[in-house]
Amino acid sequence: MDELDRQLINRLQHGLPLVRHPWEALAEELGSTSEALRERVQALLEDGTLTRFGPMFDIDRLGGAFTLAALSVPEERFDEVAAQLTAMPEVAHNYRREHCWNMWFVLGCETPQGIAESIARIEAETGLAVLNLPKEETFHVGLHFPV
Amino acid sequence: MSVCTSPSDEGLTRRLIELTEAGLPLVADPWAWLAEELGIDVDETLALLQRLQAAGAIRRIAAIPNHYRLGYRHNGMTVWDVDDGEIARLGALIGAQPFVSHCYRRPRQEGWPYNLFAMVHGRDASDIEAYRNQIRALLGSACRANEMLVSSRILKKTGLRLAGQRRA
Repeated sequence: MDELDRQLINRLQHGLPLVRHPWEALAEELGSTSEALRERVQALLEDGTLTRFGPMFDIDRLGGAFTLAALSVPEERFDEVAAQLTAMPEVAHNYRREHCWNMWFVLGCETPQGIAESIARIEAETGLAVLNLPKEETFHVGLHFPV
Repeated sequence: MSVCTSPSDEGLTRRLIELTEAGLPLVADPWAWLAEELGIDVDETLALLQRLQAAGAIRRIAAIPNHYRLGYRHNGMTVWDVDDGEIARLGALIGAQPFVSHCYRRPRQEGWPYNLFAMVHGRDASDIEAYRNQIRALLGSACRANEMLVSSRILKKTGLRLAGQRRA
């Protein structure tokens, strides 16, 4: 990763400008070319430094819903339950955390009803109780990792 | 779709989510690509994106890094049992700390006494322990109990996907 990669990662975490020719605008800002920047983003996606590049939708604002939920999974069933959740498109993220609630995941659905149905399905398929913790108030969201 | 200004926006927005859920293609003119897929002209496409971003329905069109790969290997979800009468003020205070990436109020549940969540990230285990201590000091006596749940593995990180979901 060189200096331009670092600048590009930092800049793109803040978002592509919504101007008619965004890559040209960025190329001018970073002293590069549209083509070179896009090739670098492609390479960073391929080597796993970036996991995604695209619009980040807040489904709450679109009539849909997110929730944070957890499971307490017996160690011997952990991988099996993780695979069950991976197979569900409603599961946006899933992390192992060192706690008796050891599996923490985010559900994103088009409707609040979709969340309730997904939770019911997870409980039915795994036989485990879901701890459902929908956000009640957002104080801050602004994930940014400077490199 | 509550923020959309017209029924046609609603249909276009759903298409937009499906078209870009795996990411925005890295083409020279991404808005022209989207316009073509949506069947509208490029200025309308850009205006739609601007409306959605202004309304908060699109946070931004951005790169999501794998934070482990960038050296931020330590991630702690700190959870706090904060006095209900103080949580509005204290939630805002904790959310404003530069080391907190996400901060939410969530409901207490049976067996889960914590109502304030603050996510912290660091390059070393000692970084996130120090952040937890700073939050503890800011909350003071309004906080009865807390824990930090450290993440040890990413099991899935695809983001929102609507296309494969069952339609209600």
